[in-house]
Amino acid sequence: MLGRSANGIYWMARNLERAENTARLLDVGFRMALTRGAQAAKEEWRSVLVTIGQDLDYRARFDEHTGPQVFNFILRGPDNPASVLAMVENARTNARAVRTAITREVWEATNECWMALRDLLARPVRESNIGEVLTMIRRQTTQVRGAMDGTMLRNEIFNFARIGTFIERADNTARILDVKYYVLLPSVAWVGSSLDNAQWETVLRSVAGDRAYRWLNAGSMDSRGIAEFLILDGRFPRSLTFCYAKLRSNLGGLSRQHGLETAAHGLLREAGSRLHETTIDAIFERGLHEFITEFIADTLLIGEAIAADYRFIE
Amino acid sequence: MQSDSRATYDEMHHPDGAVRSAYAGFREWYDEQDRGWLKKQDVEAERFFRRTGITFNVYGEDAGEERLIPFDMIPRIITAREWRKLSRGIEQRVRALNAFLHDLYHRQEIVRAGRFPERLLRGNDAFLRQMVGLTPPGGVYTHVVGIDLVRTGPDEFMVLEDNARTPSGVSYMLENRETMMAMFPELFSRVAVRPVSDYPRRLAHSLAACAPEAVRGSGRPVVAVLTPGIFNSAYFEHAFLADQMGAELVEGSDLRVVDGRIAMRTTRGYRPIDVIYRRVDDEYLDPLSFHPDSVLGVAGIMDIYRAGRVTIANAPGTGIADDKAIYSFMPEIVEFYTGEKPLLNNVPTWRCGEPEALKHVLDNLKDLVVKEVHGSGGYGMLIGPAASRREIARFAKKLRARPENYIAQPTLSLSTVPIFTKAGLAPRHVDLRPFVLVSPGGIDITPGGLTRVALKKGSLVVNSSQGGGTKDSWVLED
Repeated sequence: MLGRSANGIYWMARNLERAENTARLLDVGFRMALTRGAQAAKEEWRSVLVTIGQDLDYRARFDEHTGPQVFNFILRGPDNPASVLAMVENARTNARAVRTAITREVWEATNECWMALRDLLARPVRESNIGEVLTMIRRQTTQVRGAMDGTMLRNEIFNFARIGTFIERADNTARILDVKYYVLLPSVAWVGSSLDNAQWETVLRSVAGDRAYRWLNAGSMDSRGIAEFLILDGRFPRSLTFCYAKLRSNLGGLSRQHGLETAAHGLLREAGSRLHETTIDAIFERGLHEFITEFIADTLLIGEAIAADYRFIE
Repeated sequence: MQSDSRATYDEMHHPDGAVRSAYAGFREWYDEQDRGWLKKQDVEAERFFRRTGITFNVYGEDAGEERLIPFDMIPRIITAREWRKLSRGIEQRVRALNAFLHDLYHRQEIVRAGRFPERLLRGNDAFLRQMVGLTPPGGVYTHVVGIDLVRTGPDEFMVLEDNARTPSGVSYMLENRETMMAMFPELFSRVAVRPVSDYPRRLAHSLAACAPEAVRGSGRPVVAVLTPGIFNSAYFEHAFLADQMGAELVEGSDLRVVDGRIAMRTTRGYRPIDVIYRRVDDEYLDPLSFHPDSVLGVAGIMDIYRAGRVTIANAPGTGIADDKAIYSFMPEIVEFYTGEKPLLNNVPTWRCGEPEALKHVLDNLKDLVVKEVHGSGGYGMLIGPAASRREIARFAKKLRARPENYIAQPTLSLSTVPIFTKAGLAPRHVDLRPFVLVSPGGIDITPGGLTRVALKKGSLVVNSSQGGGTKDSWVLED
């Protein structure tokens, strides 16, 4: 396949995954605003902006972190090139550019996703319909993933799409964990202490892991356990370990299809074994923030190596 | 521009209102259908097109916005007998076009014989000096041609325009049929219509047959579709055809010269291409030979082409045949190269560069259609009957300043086919663009083509860029 098409399908998947994860984060912010009063909500909205790296841009335009202002900026801000609408638009542009590499159903799902959100986000979102908007984003992006899963040939095109999905998801989960810890644990001394359950639930909820975690831990919440779940539990589809296992299998697919490994395989193997060998105690001993910073940097490097090895651009 | 309804040929009905035999089967089916259901299907069709992304980009206003070409569900029907006659005429014309192009870029016998004025080539940007003396692989210039036809009577089809450069619209021909078959499957079991769906296969086959000598016959030549990219008005079609042919859809930035061949950048490195079905204009094809700042083409492709190591379809320089001043010589051209009388007539045309013709045109502007010789897509033309006095005066000034830049034609009374409206069937003017494939193996015409329809009552402008729509075009089985 063309290097440019590999680049296109990779970024199509990344953009959709990012849009979905952003919707999940917003959902948590919205829930906090409903249940926790003004101050907690304000903090939550700010942490959403910090997590997706848009707080500086936001503050350049607005003074206050009020709900509708924040979620409209993130969802559809006309001067926000990283809005959810822009992500979905980018995903569709990518899909259009690789039209011959995807099935008709994947194209239609992507196109419909964009059309639905464009219509839904044509006017400012209000508190009365934000729930509907976020559900729609999740549902539409899920449909694209389903169409990929159900109709695409398991060739290198599919592998590049999956690699995009899991590079993005690994990055997003890591960022959520990093920021939430920072917000929820003002000092290291708090680690391990019993905290407000409802707050910790927001971490889990923003990666759709609240039910699974409760089920596995009989309802009790503790910060270390949650970190372990999000980082090391290979059964949870948004954990760092799970994302890396998928990357390994899809990159492995590429090396079989091409008959050779590249620099990216080496990088993934190293980073993957570091993740595999560590324990939650070791992570906290070194510092969660340091661990995550390194993980995000590793993931970035792997993504860059894939782009170079497979000739995404000239 | 408005038509004169008295002289208009209605393709579905006789003047007394009886249904013509071509439409008998369809009409019988149509009359049995529930109107409310048909209306629902009409809305459904639009939704179907939007979802599948069949859109085109419009240049100018609202640049970059994607729009749908409206689809009308009443088919345009041509009988087997009419089609046989038409295809003979089309084949003759396309044969002549290829011979003409070869001659223009070689000995120019037609000029020497005094049958074609050399001045039409001088200073004409569409005439590429880079092509002089060069014979394309297989000797084919126009791999894909679209001949625009209009009908004025029972057996009167005329050629309005030749599209030898890069005819577009074939994806609509295919999708229109797909849509009709999805909406009204039982209709096709009642009326025997010749299929069009194998066009992409025939295109792939025809292009492969034009591959450079060295690879022809030896295994499978690699074919790629070269697109300017997603912002081009016909991008959907480029992607569609590549997809249907199983060919790569490439952009200029994917290509470069590697070991004396054109190669595309794949995830495994550069891989050579044998045939490039390009949808990029000549002047952007090679920054070394044409526009130095073009990023749409491939630096050095003309050298590889000259060395016979890649096929470019259509060949560079074929656009000269689309020139409307040259069009006016088509009857002479057909006769010169085939030794036969043309089977398909031209629309009568005045070349404004000739003083007598110019005088006639200026005296009759309000009744004429005046076109730029290099224009296309319905842009930059004057439609006399629809223009205001001021517009006519302004156009006359332009015409006097550069008469050789224009041709004029009478306002024809184009035939009509009904469209489906809320109030029932209503006649609208149509044209027809059949698609023709050329290879050393022969000339292959897909039965039917693209019918464009003016959706406004009385309007004669069918261009999609100007609010026209399309119809499924049927050629009946014998």
